[in-house]
Amino acid sequence: MARVELENVSKRFGGTRALKELSLTVEDGEFFVLLGRTGAGKTTTLRVIAGLEKPDSGRVIIGDTDVVGKTAAERDVALVLQQYSLYPRLSVRGNLEFPLRPKVRKMKDDEIARRVERAANTLQITHLLDRKVERLSGGEMQRVSIGRAIVRDPRVFLMDEPLSALDAKLRESLRVELKKLHQDLGATFLFVTHDQVEAMSMGDKIGVLRSGRLVQVGSPSDIYERPRNTFVARSVGSPPMNLIEGRFSDGKAEVNGFSLPVASSASAGPAVTFGVRPENLVLEPGAPAEAKIFDIEDQGVVKILTLDMGETRLHATVPAGLHIQRDETVRFGWKPDRVLTFDKETGQNLAVA
Amino acid sequence: MAEVKTKSEVVMNRVAIVAVFVALIIMLTPIYWIASTAFKPRSLATTVPPTVMFEPTLTPFAKLFVRRSQMREPVEQEVYEAAPWWEKLIYDDGENVVRNRRSGDITPSGYADRYKNSLIISIISTFLAVSMGTLTAYGFSRFKVKGEQDWLFFILSTRMLPPVVVAIPMFLMYRTVGLHDTHLGLIILYTAFNLSFAVWIMKGFIDEIPKEYEEAALVDGYTRLQAFWKIVLPEALTGIAATAVFCFIIAWNEYAFALMMTNRNAQTAPPYIPSQVGSGLPDWSVIAAGAFLFLLPVAIFTFLLRNHLLRGMSFGAIRK
Ligand SMILES: Nc1ncnc2c1ncn2[C@@H]1O[C@H](COP(=O)(O)OP(=O)(O)OP(=O)(O)O)[C@@H](O)[C@H]1O
Ligand SMILES: [Mg+2]
Repeated sequence: MARVELENVSKRFGGTRALKELSLTVEDGEFFVLLGRTGAGKTTTLRVIAGLEKPDSGRVIIGDTDVVGKTAAERDVALVLQQYSLYPRLSVRGNLEFPLRPKVRKMKDDEIARRVERAANTLQITHLLDRKVERLSGGEMQRVSIGRAIVRDPRVFLMDEPLSALDAKLRESLRVELKKLHQDLGATFLFVTHDQVEAMSMGDKIGVLRSGRLVQVGSPSDIYERPRNTFVARSVGSPPMNLIEGRFSDGKAEVNGFSLPVASSASAGPAVTFGVRPENLVLEPGAPAEAKIFDIEDQGVVKILTLDMGETRLHATVPAGLHIQRDETVRFGWKPDRVLTFDKETGQNLAVA
Repeated sequence: MAEVKTKSEVVMNRVAIVAVFVALIIMLTPIYWIASTAFKPRSLATTVPPTVMFEPTLTPFAKLFVRRSQMREPVEQEVYEAAPWWEKLIYDDGENVVRNRRSGDITPSGYADRYKNSLIISIISTFLAVSMGTLTAYGFSRFKVKGEQDWLFFILSTRMLPPVVVAIPMFLMYRTVGLHDTHLGLIILYTAFNLSFAVWIMKGFIDEIPKEYEEAALVDGYTRLQAFWKIVLPEALTGIAATAVFCFIIAWNEYAFALMMTNRNAQTAPPYIPSQVGSGLPDWSVIAAGAFLFLLPVAIFTFLLRNHLLRGMSFGAIRK
């Protein structure tokens, strides 16, 4: 078990700067999720920590030692990849034994067998042990990949989108299992994903990565309720947060000619961007604003509406029981205490900045 | 997989079978010719039209390994009686064996020695070319090499001119440094011939092995070299087999340099076999016997590696 710390780590590949002065701390025993779009530098971050990539500058600390000069083998971390981490020539057992076999470990055969047995039990893959890897389903493969990581009791688990190749059902169940595994092992996890649902449901802490920089670190509710800027605001939540340009006047928000109440009465000032999550838009007769329903998506429990307020397109989540029709004109308002304001130019959350 | 075939597929299949058959006939005829001549008595070797039905004999093989001379007078009866069966075959064919003046032992022909030279030189040079080629290819495939494309082109370019062009300077150099007529000399030469080829083919194969496999091994606690042995080598076996067969065939069959760079000590079989044509008696069945035995190692080598080759020859195209 150990904490992991990156200090001003930079890494460039030819012309692309994959990581820019990235600093990040994963506490001992924490489940840290790194969320970012494709190309944000997630994989690079993990590879730098694992020792597969040498940072151009900065420090990588695992436990209390700077490991920049150390080889991957010496770092005692485990890496689970999206794919290709199993050896097709070996059986499941062979794959699970592989990380225990390096000469440096000097592990006895009965100890190896014991650990493989334990890992297989934990992941419920005992019945697969003697199968060839090629004959496994996607979910089984990923279980074995995770097994490969846990047999070793590494100091840190690094996971690079281990679930993204699986179908939705399987992803959900493995998500729960991984979370449970983390609790049982009490180990440090650094989990990388581009899937915000995964991030929100698994992370003790989430770090939002954008083009090689960490934009915000916080608990899932921090990230969801108090995004530092519009980028983070739109990174989590589905459908994403509505961003509406407008201005303050007379202690109210003025958008598209409508006047809506706000809790934080900033003084009338320059143009801002209001941010409000779809579930915080309320459809009711007599509400201050008006929009036309463009589309309705019935999800069973809720309906997701796409609204046109003039030129501005909004999403709203409403109870499924609400009777409405396409092209209908509706009145709506928002929950004033749930409205965020961002700087129109920089996108910074004005309450946080 | 359901065996549903349309009519046109059946027709195409037939056409393919016929084509394979024709190709086989074209390729196997010379081999049949050599093999059959090797078992013919001398008198039937050059008949026109060729003899197809004959009683096979081992005389050409007996003669191949022994130094012989024309028989001036018949062998003495007791010598003939005491001789082993193969020696009798030679006498029966009207030739005498050459004996050592002092010990009276039968002197062997050069064939066995040249054959051994061929084996030593081909096997060692193939081993060197394939192992060096694999390591080089691995380096090019996995590490950032400055000017990688230029290096690879340079390596390939060594094969762009016909080797014989440099024969004379090579000959003079070998003379000077004392590599003339040595095993080492030919081994170096053939390794150099084959290396560029080995690098290029092996690079294709290694590029196809996902580097994630090794990286996982590195994180698991293996050194780069251990990861290479445990992961890359087993995965690259198909390619190694294909490359080895190609290199072996090239070294085994090489004629021009062997002829020029060696004369006795390190001479290989290819220049030796035809040299027997000119030594008084062009005995075609003996030459055919020599050529026949010479074909065997390639056939055996290829046969042993056939499973790897089938996949390897497609240059990884069907690997997944
Ligand atoms: N070996 C490499 N050579 C050149 N550029 C690279 C290399 N590895 C990564 N990059 C670049 O660095 C940037 C970050 O890549 P990285 O793989 O870390 O992204 P990621 O967040 O993992 O994306 P994804 O979600 O697609 O996996 C990208 O612009 C990528 O093109
Ligand atoms: Mg990635």
